[in-house]
Amino acid sequence: MTLDKVQKGQQIQIQKIADSSLRDQIIRLGIYEGAKVICAEKIGGGPVIIKNRMQEIAIGDGLAKKINIEII
Amino acid sequence: MEHKTKELNKSCHKIEFIPDIPKDAKKIVLVGNPNVGKSVFFQSLTGMYVDVSNFPGTTVDINYGKYNENYVIDTPGVYGVSSFNDEEIVARDVILNADVVINIVDALHMERDLFLTQQIIDMGKPIVIALNMMDEVRKNGIEIDIEKLSELLGVEIIPTIAIKNKGIVELKEAITRARLGNRDESLLDEMEAYRSIISQYSEALLILEDDEEILRRYNITKPVSRERIYRNRREYIDNIINRVTIETNKGISFVTRLSRYMLYPLTGIPILIAVLYLMYQFIGVFVAQTIVDITEGIIMGNFYLNFIKGIFEGFLSSDSILGTILIGEFGLLTMVPIYIIGLLLPLVIGFYFLLSIMEDTGYLPRVATLVDRSLTKIGLNGKAIIPMILGFGCVTMATITTRILGSRRERVIATALLGLTIPCSAQLGVIAGLIAPLGLKYLVLYILTITIVFVLSGTVLNRFLPGKSSSLLIDLPSLRLPKAKNIAQKTFTKAWMFLKEAAPLFMLGSFVITIMQITGLLDGVQNIFAPITEAWLKLPKEAATAFIMGIIRRDFGAAGLTSLALTPMQTIISLIVITLFVPCIAAILVIFKERSWQESIGIWLGSFIIAFLVGGILAQILL
Repeated sequence: MTLDKVQKGQQIQIQKIADSSLRDQIIRLGIYEGAKVICAEKIGGGPVIIKNRMQEIAIGDGLAKKINIEII
Repeated sequence: MEHKTKELNKSCHKIEFIPDIPKDAKKIVLVGNPNVGKSVFFQSLTGMYVDVSNFPGTTVDINYGKYNENYVIDTPGVYGVSSFNDEEIVARDVILNADVVINIVDALHMERDLFLTQQIIDMGKPIVIALNMMDEVRKNGIEIDIEKLSELLGVEIIPTIAIKNKGIVELKEAITRARLGNRDESLLDEMEAYRSIISQYSEALLILEDDEEILRRYNITKPVSRERIYRNRREYIDNIINRVTIETNKGISFVTRLSRYMLYPLTGIPILIAVLYLMYQFIGVFVAQTIVDITEGIIMGNFYLNFIKGIFEGFLSSDSILGTILIGEFGLLTMVPIYIIGLLLPLVIGFYFLLSIMEDTGYLPRVATLVDRSLTKIGLNGKAIIPMILGFGCVTMATITTRILGSRRERVIATALLGLTIPCSAQLGVIAGLIAPLGLKYLVLYILTITIVFVLSGTVLNRFLPGKSSSLLIDLPSLRLPKAKNIAQKTFTKAWMFLKEAAPLFMLGSFVITIMQITGLLDGVQNIFAPITEAWLKLPKEAATAFIMGIIRRDFGAAGLTSLALTPMQTIISLIVITLFVPCIAAILVIFKERSWQESIGIWLGSFIIAFLVGGILAQILL
C-alpha cells in the first residue's frame, strides 16, 4: 500500500519511493527504502507526518501516494 | 554596509563569492541544517563585525565577519551539499571554498544532521563539530556517547548550549584542531580520478554525487552514482547513531503535545486564527495606525516634507517639469522617501519581525502542514501560506517571497492571487476604517466576495496552467522559544534586503507616474474610466480618480473614496473593486522582475478585468 493510506500510530517500513528527486531529498532526512518509521499524525486527506526518532517530516498527499510502504 | 558582488563566472574555476575577503585569509565556514542555532555561533565568533553579502544570481544573502586574522562565513541552513534549491547552491559554493568547517549539529536531530556532517567529511574538509542543544537531549530522555561519536566520525566534537553561551570558548579553541574525519574509503579512488581536471579537490565528491552545475562547469558526463553514495552514507550514519545513543523515553512532553495541537485541524485552526488575530492587532492596528501616524504623518509627511520643500522651493518651482519630478505630488524626493521610510519601513519591519518569530519557534512549518490540504485545491502546497500571510503586510514583499515555492507554476498562481485578492496592511487600514461604521452585513459581503474571488481564480489557474505543482515536503523542527537577538538580526537583515530591492523600483514607478501627469496621460486615463465607473459600477464619476490613485499606492486608492458621498452599498462595491484592482506600482514592477513579461501582463490585465467584472456584477444585482 502507499503512504497516504497509513493510519496514525502505525509502524511502517518504507518499501519503494517512486520518484528519484524525492528519494534523494528525503534520504537526507532519514527516510529511505528499508527505513522503519512511525506515522505520528495523519491530517484527513492531507499530509502524513512521519517520525523517525525525534525527527518529524510532513509529506503532502501527492508525494505520499508515490511512497510504497508495509505495516510492521 | 553594502557590498557589490561580482557575477559568478562559470567559465572561470575560481569562485569569487565575497570579494572583500583577502585571498590569503583563512575562511572558517559555519555549516548546519536549518534551525540548529547557527546564527548564535556566528554572532559569538564575529561579535559586532557583521557584513551581509547578497550572493550572485540568488536572493540568498550570506553573513560574514572577521574573527582574529580569519574570516567567518555563515551559510544558509541546508540538509546536504547539492543544488536542490538556491540556498543549497549558495551553501555548496561557500563550503567548497572553506578552509575549515564548523559544523553545527542539533543533538536532538542527529539522524538528519549527521548526513550533512558525513558529506562534508567525505568532501575532505577539515572540520570540527559543535553538538548543540545538549540541554534538550537530557530533557527528552536521550543520552549520547560523545566520545564514541567523536571516535567514529574521526573529528573533535564540542557539546554546546549556544543560547546559554555554554561550550563556545571550547569551540573557539578547537577551531585550530579541526581535522579530516573518517572518510568513506570506497570513494577515494573514484574521487582521485577527477583530481587533475578540477580546481577544488572537494568538487570531486559533488561530481560523483551527480551535482549538475559542477558537472556542467567541467563538462563531465553524469556518473549516476548519487543514489548509491547517499544510500551508503545513510546506512553508515544510522549505524553510528544506533551505537552512540540510548533512549530512556520519558513519555510525551508538553512541547510534543503542543506540536500535535498545532497540526490537528480541530485544534490547529483555532490556534491559527488566534495567532492571525494577534498579528492583525500588532501590524494592522499598532504598526499601520499608531506607528505609521507618527512616521508618515508627522516625521516624514510634515517635518521632512517641509524641510525638503524649504530647500528646493527657493530656486525650483514645484510647477516646473524638474520641480514636479523632484518635489511634486509623486516626486522622487517627496513621495518616494515619505512612502518608503514613513509607511513601508515600519510595516516591513513589523512583518518580518513576526515572521522571524514564527520561523524560529518552528510554528511556520506546522501552519504549512495544517493548510496544505486546502491549498492543494488551488494548485499550491502548504508552503504558499508564507507569501500569503506576508501579503497582508506588503504585497511587494510577498511577491519576492514566492521564490520559496517549488515550481514556476506555483509561483505564478501565488503571485496572481497576491496581486488580485490580498489587500496589503496600508490598504487594510483604510478599508477597515470605511467598513467599520457600516455594520456586520457589509463586512461579511466584503470578505465573502474577496474569498470567493480568491478560491475561484485559484481553481481556474490550477485548471488551466500547464505543468504540475509540487507536493509538500517539510521538516518539522522542534518547537522552541525564539531568541531576541536572532529575531532582531533576522528582521533587520530581511527588511534591509527588501528595501534595497523595492526602493529603486518604487523610484522608477513614481517617475513614470509623474511623466504621465506632466504629459496629461493621467487625465486621459481618468476620462476613459468615467463611463465604466458611472454606467457599469453605478458610482460617481470621481470614483475613477480613486482607482487611478490605486495604481500608485493601494491605500491612496482606498483613501480617495473617503471624500466621496457614497451609500453603504456603493462604498462596499468600490472597496471590492479597489481591493481586486491592480497591485501598486512597486508590486507590479517586482512582478515584472520576478515573472516573464507575458505572465506579468496577464496578471496586471487580469486584475483590471476581474476587479471591474466582479464590481459591476455586484452593482447590477445590488444597486
